[in-house]
Amino acid sequence: MKHVLAILVENKPGVLSRVAGLFSRRGFNIDNIAVGETVAPGISRMTITVEGSEKLVEQVIKQLHKLINVIKVSNLSKESSVMRELLLIKVNAEVGYRSDIQQIVETFRGKVVDVSPESMVIEVTGDEEKLEAIKLLLQHYGIREIARTGKVALLRGAAITREG
Amino acid sequence: MRKPEINNKGYLECEHRQISSAASGATMIIKALEKENVDMVFGYPGGAVIPLYNKLYDSTLKHVLVRHEQAAVHAADGYARVTGKPGVVFATSGPGATNLVTGIANAYMDSVPLVIITGQVPCSSIGTDAFQEADITGITMPITKHNYLVKEVSDLPNILSEAFFLASTGRRGPVLIDIPKDIFDREAEFVYNRNRKIPGYNPTYEGHAGQISRAVKAIKEAKRPVLFGGGGLLRSGASPALQDFAEKARVPVILTLMGLGAFPGDNELYLGMPGMHGTITANYALTQADLIIAAGVRFDDRVTGKIEEFANNARVIHIDIDPAEIGKNVNIDVPIVGDVKTVLEALLKNVQPGDTAEWLQQIKGWQKNYPTLCGSNGAGRPIKPQFVIKELSRLSPENTIVATDVGQHQMWTAQHFNIKRPYKFITSGGLGTMGYGFPAAIGAKLACPDETVICITGDGSFQMNIQELATAVNNQLDLIIAVVNNGYLGMVRQWQDIFYNKRYAHTALEGNPDFVKVAEAYGAKGLRAAGENNVSSVIEEALSEKGPVIIDFIVDPEENVYPMVAPNCPINEIIFGGARS
Repeated sequence: MKHVLAILVENKPGVLSRVAGLFSRRGFNIDNIAVGETVAPGISRMTITVEGSEKLVEQVIKQLHKLINVIKVSNLSKESSVMRELLLIKVNAEVGYRSDIQQIVETFRGKVVDVSPESMVIEVTGDEEKLEAIKLLLQHYGIREIARTGKVALLRGAAITREG
Repeated sequence: MRKPEINNKGYLECEHRQISSAASGATMIIKALEKENVDMVFGYPGGAVIPLYNKLYDSTLKHVLVRHEQAAVHAADGYARVTGKPGVVFATSGPGATNLVTGIANAYMDSVPLVIITGQVPCSSIGTDAFQEADITGITMPITKHNYLVKEVSDLPNILSEAFFLASTGRRGPVLIDIPKDIFDREAEFVYNRNRKIPGYNPTYEGHAGQISRAVKAIKEAKRPVLFGGGGLLRSGASPALQDFAEKARVPVILTLMGLGAFPGDNELYLGMPGMHGTITANYALTQADLIIAAGVRFDDRVTGKIEEFANNARVIHIDIDPAEIGKNVNIDVPIVGDVKTVLEALLKNVQPGDTAEWLQQIKGWQKNYPTLCGSNGAGRPIKPQFVIKELSRLSPENTIVATDVGQHQMWTAQHFNIKRPYKFITSGGLGTMGYGFPAAIGAKLACPDETVICITGDGSFQMNIQELATAVNNQLDLIIAVVNNGYLGMVRQWQDIFYNKRYAHTALEGNPDFVKVAEAYGAKGLRAAGENNVSSVIEEALSEKGPVIIDFIVDPEENVYPMVAPNCPINEIIFGGARS
């Protein structure tokens, strides 16, 4: 099972390598990772997706807590939360195909953000299932390149993941 | 390092702000060590720490000059294990820092408090592959509790204060501070504050009351309980609480290698060490127990054997200050996160003994039927190594501190040296570092100059830090180095004997020096015992000598350590051996 962890860390030099190093040396796999600032100054939020059993994820969380710069770890998969990822796809788009592609993009509430004589860049956000679905459809036209942000997530409702 | 602005919790809440005038980075370090009551530093100078040593030169702080940086960490580690205070190490950048790595990893595995200060190339040269530059914070990330690279001298006071705080609280461990050379000379306001608060660090000391009640109930219900304790008992000062608990609850006690000394070795409730070379009684008791009270242990593979079959009949209560240890290797029925001493004291208030009389009787039977054998070859034949240990134990004073290296002699010491008190046995448990024992003994002797200190080592291990004879001689340490010399890397040879059809690939240490002459070359005393009839007289002579004494015990070269549990086998599947005597 996939677990999405929200990790609040002190924004200090080396904190990303402390967290990433912990995963690799303990034999845990990071599926994807996204890092950014929070509203609190000096605190960053890492969102890490890790695949593994309940027991493994419990151990991951405990080990993360041991890092001095880690302030809080929550398993968002255990709670009702909103999860999103942004995907950029550069797809082959010769003149005859453009309107077909445009239609797919609209269906998925994506945007065309760049057009050239042979290609288009499409931006789409959503959960993993949705992104996989649009990728599958666009494969038909030939995908040149993709870039993904990794998942970010927030709890639903008024509750927040807070330090301490 | 950027100044954090986490104000809702207070990054460092100052209650007793002490304002002092500006000080250089090097001065700040000396002042901080004074404030932390550090009386001794172990180190080795080099280019990047000259400004620090220049300030140290004017200070009253004792500096112990080792001959290899690895030995500085081990000596500080030995010092920390016998005093409970953080050991402090200075080393230079690059190779000075990388030479520390084994010692740091060793201290990390055994949760020993250390504060290590390394020099670094100047800030402007970092990242340019400058002369003697190594990314020591990167290298030691997995083997320190925390580490720092100082970029602003104004951050240094807080970093020093945090380092001592982190090293010596919660689960203890080594903390490294890497300081670029120019930072030692830069100046800033020196405010040293010992009331520290770090947002992501908040160890739990008190056990959860509900879990403690569950534990009390489980102990009352148990028919075959056993307390299984480790190094955590010593780190938290839990020995008196443990003794009261065991006697009140009538629970027998098993101690891991790291826990030896936490419970008196001659108490009737003591069953010895478990695991690969543990006593048969301890292994049978763990296997048949219906309740294991695990205290300050981490269920290492050398203790549990085949994990799937470890203590399958037992409910397990696990007390540990590190939540990550609970449930890591073994499933736990009653988890108690907290300081072992505090939790044992809480348990002591309400604990009642269960109906354990029959169990204690059964254990007595095992102890009678399966003593750990100590052979003797008799006069004129090669010395049995176990006999050397027995004699050292018999002849040395009550409070003797024993430091071991790693291998067969270590296991024989654990089996045959009667360790009655806490903080008298120091050994490399988790990492298994050959070369640890001798410098650790130096650190222990410097910390406890009035105690007898014996380093029990092997001919292989001793040669891994033999250069420290200069340090021992230089400091005029009354120290006995007992070399159990079998001419082999004995433990590896034993495995080759048992599991690899006696193919002794590169384990014979041909070309060993004459250890008596080595001693003399360094200005120490060298003695040799080659037959059992002069073992005791040589030990007595060594005990009466001043200064370091090496005793070269020429022992039976192919003696094995028994009993033994083969790796990844259940701990009640025991290779008895020992019939050789």
